[in-house]
Amino acid sequence: MNSAQPSEAPGALLADATATVPGPVPVAKWRWRSTAEAIAIPVAAVLAAGLLFGLFCLVQGRNPFSVFAAIYKAAFGSGYSFQNTLVRASPLMLTALCTALPARLGLVIIGNEGALVVGGLGAVAAGLLVAGSPAPVVWAAMALAGFGVGGLWIGAAGLLHYRRGVNETISSLLMNYIAIAVMNHLVNGPMRDPASLNKPSSYPIPDDRMLPPIGETNVHYGILFGLVACVLAWFLMEQTTFGFKVRMVGGNIRAARLAGLPVSRLGWITCLLAGGAAGLAGMIEVAAVHGRANESLAAGYGYAGILVAFVARHRGLPIILVSVLLGGILASGGILQRQFQLPDATILVFQGLVFLMILLSDSMYGRFGLFKEKDAA
Amino acid sequence: MILSSAIIARAFRVLALLATGWMTQHAVAADKVTMGFIYVGPKDDYGYNQAHSQGCAGVQKLDWVKGVEEASVPETTAVQETMRNMINLDGATVVFPTSFGYFDPHILRVAKQFPKVQFLHCGGLYTEGKHPANVGSYFGYIDEAVYISGIVAGHTSRSGKLGFIAAKPIPQVLRNINAFTLGARSVRPTATVQVIFTGDWAMPVKEAESATSLINQGVDVLTCHVDSPKVILETAERRGIYVCGYHADGSKLAPKGYLTGAEWNWSKVYTDYAGWVRAGKSLAAGTIPHLVRGGLKEGFVKCSDYGPAVGEEARKKADAAKAAFMSGTMVIFKGPLVDNGGKAILPAGKEYKQQDLELESMGWLVEGVIGSTKS
Repeated sequence: MNSAQPSEAPGALLADATATVPGPVPVAKWRWRSTAEAIAIPVAAVLAAGLLFGLFCLVQGRNPFSVFAAIYKAAFGSGYSFQNTLVRASPLMLTALCTALPARLGLVIIGNEGALVVGGLGAVAAGLLVAGSPAPVVWAAMALAGFGVGGLWIGAAGLLHYRRGVNETISSLLMNYIAIAVMNHLVNGPMRDPASLNKPSSYPIPDDRMLPPIGETNVHYGILFGLVACVLAWFLMEQTTFGFKVRMVGGNIRAARLAGLPVSRLGWITCLLAGGAAGLAGMIEVAAVHGRANESLAAGYGYAGILVAFVARHRGLPIILVSVLLGGILASGGILQRQFQLPDATILVFQGLVFLMILLSDSMYGRFGLFKEKDAA
Repeated sequence: MILSSAIIARAFRVLALLATGWMTQHAVAADKVTMGFIYVGPKDDYGYNQAHSQGCAGVQKLDWVKGVEEASVPETTAVQETMRNMINLDGATVVFPTSFGYFDPHILRVAKQFPKVQFLHCGGLYTEGKHPANVGSYFGYIDEAVYISGIVAGHTSRSGKLGFIAAKPIPQVLRNINAFTLGARSVRPTATVQVIFTGDWAMPVKEAESATSLINQGVDVLTCHVDSPKVILETAERRGIYVCGYHADGSKLAPKGYLTGAEWNWSKVYTDYAGWVRAGKSLAAGTIPHLVRGGLKEGFVKCSDYGPAVGEEARKKADAAKAAFMSGTMVIFKGPLVDNGGKAILPAGKEYKQQDLELESMGWLVEGVIGSTKS
């Protein structure tokens, strides 16, 4: 496996990156047809998934319209249900960045779950170390530790790739298992609170040092971390020269090398930021939800983040939208069981259909004359 | 004019319909006790979650109880959301979040928000003064039924080698391994129980591998403490050895080799709670006990019916032990008791009763167990 591997990135990525690189003459005209295409295709995909899921409900003997009404009500129908959606969405925004940022370089990183777990472990260790300090100091220490440890974790996968030619997808995937094993070892051994008998856990962060919910809601401050991180990621990738260089590497690694770009350094810095985002997600799980590290950290947010990143086509701002959409789908899983007596896997069927259709729709770009820019020819 | 009055009349009719609909709905709700049940896995896992779901089905036979269930809810903010939904949207006045990991922080947090709702946790660790007053815990001394399984297993085994596939070396699990071993050695003092820890509650692939490996080493009766015994029962049956079930009745999965099994009887527990709630009792007022425990005698746990492979002699011995449990004279953990490293745990003449807290922080394996709590 040589280092030219990333140039064989998926076609879509390649096409995107080159399409957003401005031509030699800057064109100020708003390319509304591309915008319309970028909105119409995912919307059509969601509708198609809805149609298929409606058929599924019919087969199960339920009225699809009342099922959809219930899903909408449970996900977005009221302030109360929207809170549930936001709580579900907030870890996804951060874990999605772990796949999305390196994807712009042409790397496929799927070590989100592992980075989240080690980030959570780092955060709990830091939090316990400074537990006596005022709350903001504890939060800052936990956030830094979570970001740092998560960053080093995925940064290591990046370094292995650029320095030793190790396939980053395989290494980051396998590092998930290492992370979970390390966590199990620590919470069963050195970090174990002897009071946690039947669910081995680390010592807890004091209650008054935890991240509180926002006002009177059930939404915790993790959502702010997610929103800010996604906006920063968008700014970094789309508006800075660093992002431009990264996209250039993703577009054509040989051209980037010829142009004298420090490919390896760009690579591992991006991986570091990516892992840091997932590590922050772990920190929030510890600081706002669990208060301690235990097996509940590996709840699958990392894997869900991979889906979100691909569906959002690895762009910062769409990640926010897709996370909220997936959060809403997940939050409405309960109502299907309680009100319609559908099996618990039903919501996964819906989620699977939505994501499959959106990924399928990726091959539809550029196929409709209506969306072709007139000046492109 | 005619048109508008027709519209008004129609609107009025719709309103009236809505109002009566609303009223009847609430009239029903007032008579009924709505109970919410939350499971960490699927309802049909032949294991932990199925046992609770059967409990829900059992209590729903009372026509004044409405049960709402949600399965496969992870131990994250998801379970907080489910509890709130059951209370806010379904009108539940009692919730049973059944997984151990739901307790801290999830139940504790939501219980503070809804002081009028009863939160009852399975296997939990309610501490007075430390936890909200509307939280309680219930559990069964299932090691009694496991002890009976051990007697039948020790009797039926040809090789005297028994196998135990366990999730984690935590007190609840160790207690069952020890009870199984003591049961087997009470009828066959040379019997050994080889333990494999898989590391987690639901690891079907590792469980199948462990079963195969134990059988290859000559083990001819298997039992387990994992969330779903399904693959272990199936593997044992396919390899033609005997197996004792856990959590729920698994005889369907191993019609030839199923000896007996330790089952929960949550219908009984949930029916008790339903009656208390209907009578207006509450945890906070102290009229519902905060800790509810029971074994075979109280009907919290039961043994599966004996399978076809269980001989006359084994039945007699097991029935005698069962009768002793029912009369309250049986004690599982009594001295002299030595762990499998040779260290004395209990001197002769001393015993741990079921309620003894020492048993809830058990960290040892008794003599006769091959295996270690170090992972």
